Amino acid sequence: MRNLFRRALPKVAGDAGQEAVPDLWVRCGRCREMLYAREWAEASKVCPKCGFHARLTIGDRVALLLDPNSWQELDADLRPTDPLGFAPAGRPSYAEKLATESLDSGQSEAAAYGRGTLDGLPVSLAILDMGYFAGTLGSVVGEKIARAFELGIAERRAVIVVSASGGARQQEGVVALIQMAKTAAAAQAFGADRLPFISILTDPTLGGVTASFATLGDCIIAEPGAVIGFAGPRIIEQTTGEKLPPGAQTAEFQLRHGMVDQVVARRDQKAMIARLIRLFSYSTHPAQDSTAPASTPHGEPRVVATAGVQ
Amino acid sequence: MSVVLDFERPAAEIRTKLDATEKQYAANPTPELDAQRIDLRRDFANRTQAIYRALSPWQTVQVARHPLRPQTMDYAIGMCTDFVEFHGDRVFGDDRAIVGGPARIDGRPVMLVGQHRGRETRERVERNFGSPHPEGYRKAHRLFELAEKFAMPVVTLMDTPGASPGLGDEERGQGWALAANLATLATLRVPVVCVVIGEGNSGGALAIGVGDRFLMLEHSIFSVASPEAAASIVWKDAKFAPQAADALKLTAPDLLRLKLIDRIVSEPVGGAHADPSAMIATLRSTVAGEIARLETVPADRLVSDRYEKYRRLGSWFESSRPATPVGSV
Ligand SMILES: [Zn+2]
Repeated sequence: MRNLFRRALPKVAGDAGQEAVPDLWVRCGRCREMLYAREWAEASKVCPKCGFHARLTIGDRVALLLDPNSWQELDADLRPTDPLGFAPAGRPSYAEKLATESLDSGQSEAAAYGRGTLDGLPVSLAILDMGYFAGTLGSVVGEKIARAFELGIAERRAVIVVSASGGARQQEGVVALIQMAKTAAAAQAFGADRLPFISILTDPTLGGVTASFATLGDCIIAEPGAVIGFAGPRIIEQTTGEKLPPGAQTAEFQLRHGMVDQVVARRDQKAMIARLIRLFSYSTHPAQDSTAPASTPHGEPRVVATAGVQ
Repeated sequence: MSVVLDFERPAAEIRTKLDATEKQYAANPTPELDAQRIDLRRDFANRTQAIYRALSPWQTVQVARHPLRPQTMDYAIGMCTDFVEFHGDRVFGDDRAIVGGPARIDGRPVMLVGQHRGRETRERVERNFGSPHPEGYRKAHRLFELAEKFAMPVVTLMDTPGASPGLGDEERGQGWALAANLATLATLRVPVVCVVIGEGNSGGALAIGVGDRFLMLEHSIFSVASPEAAASIVWKDAKFAPQAADALKLTAPDLLRLKLIDRIVSEPVGGAHADPSAMIATLRSTVAGEIARLETVPADRLVSDRYEKYRRLGSWFESSRPATPVGSV
């Protein structure tokens, strides 16, 4: 599942002197269409043919949601430890896996958080990334999520959390499990200040992340096609012997079952979030709403271009 | 009904001899038989104690799952008076894997909520083997709010292989139900005492296990996932459950050492199943003591202490600060 967009490597037959240009084309992970890489990247990695939303990096998400140059990552120096001394017999230890994971992904953990502006609105943004340890919730991710909510309280910012996770990190055992309680408590504390929490569920959002902060948003937005659920499809089939019908646990399935408020395509997410923050803040935090006009045309997402002010 | 676990066999063999000797003595009370039976009693107690003092994590898992181990309904009846079982989530149905309702412990009204696995096959199926559906967690949520409304301390008893992972559970929002309970328990304005009485696995246990005090019975387990589920993630094969139990640090002594739980409640020699009524009496006085202490704390303070307790839990390196400890409790 990891490399949904595999790089196509064009072979230049018989011409040794010519360099292949491997980054020029990508193949869509769903419809297999060959796509011009730059256009695809400019479309936030959404396939123009079939609408498939490929997975994004933390940097891609920042570019998608925040105003240019407004992102300021905080506490990037948080590093995982091995609280249990997790050493499964005959398998690589957690300490070994952490070392190779950082080398492979070039990342230090599965989440980043910080401040920025979204359509001029001050926000606290946290992003999970499947690229590191399958986005699993361990101590560092839990701590960053909790701090993102506390930043929201301290600086009167709306909180946006973009989830992408396989669930709780087994290698941290109960320490990981308790991050569910910790992040849920932080979300709850944040809610007491009547600042909005917008939760974005992307592919995939599963297990302990679905069962904690990710589903506590004042508004829950899902990305088209994203797999969202508690138990993963493999666990359901193994445990119950039930075969999942096609389309089970997708964003659209969750919308139909009343579990998410909106399924929103990538290109519309920023405008949707801005609109929601303004709607929620009008009475409770009027200062947040200072850039908004008295009303916006019905059904027309309003996008205000702003300089990246903090 | 008698169930002997593999590793209990050496003690069980002494027990068989003891029972025979007791019978002989009853028929023919000679001084030799009397001396013999006293020796055997002592041997049995010593051997049982030795076995239970040195349980491996996987053996602990088997004790935690012992079919004769007292379950939530045994505590509801044996530990409480006036227990009234409340049914249903008022939306979809009544989940039999979670039971709960108001009751008294030492005269003090409390709200009791726990998972119940059942014993005979039919009951076990009816209760989905202690794996709650979303409506079970929503029933629990309703009872938590009732407890707050009527200023009753909450007592939760965890005993579950995990939240139910079926298609219907997904359609009814299992993850959403669990998350709502975590958030509500975090800010509930009454004392919350949580006890793992058997197996406390994954978010399915945690969703009734966030509180001011977190206790484990001596031979219970508390884990991010069942050893089988963790084995199928780490080894890609559930057969490695014993190895997973070793790696996960899921026993009460390990978790207390890591400061992830508050207290261990001693079990009778040979485990809770060896003497259920002694176990129930011990838990009753333990929980009553915890509640009495928590009731002296003002509600605002209770909630902020609880927040701080969970806020501190975790372990990471941070260059700008000293290394953090694992737990805080
Ligand atoms: Zn496509």
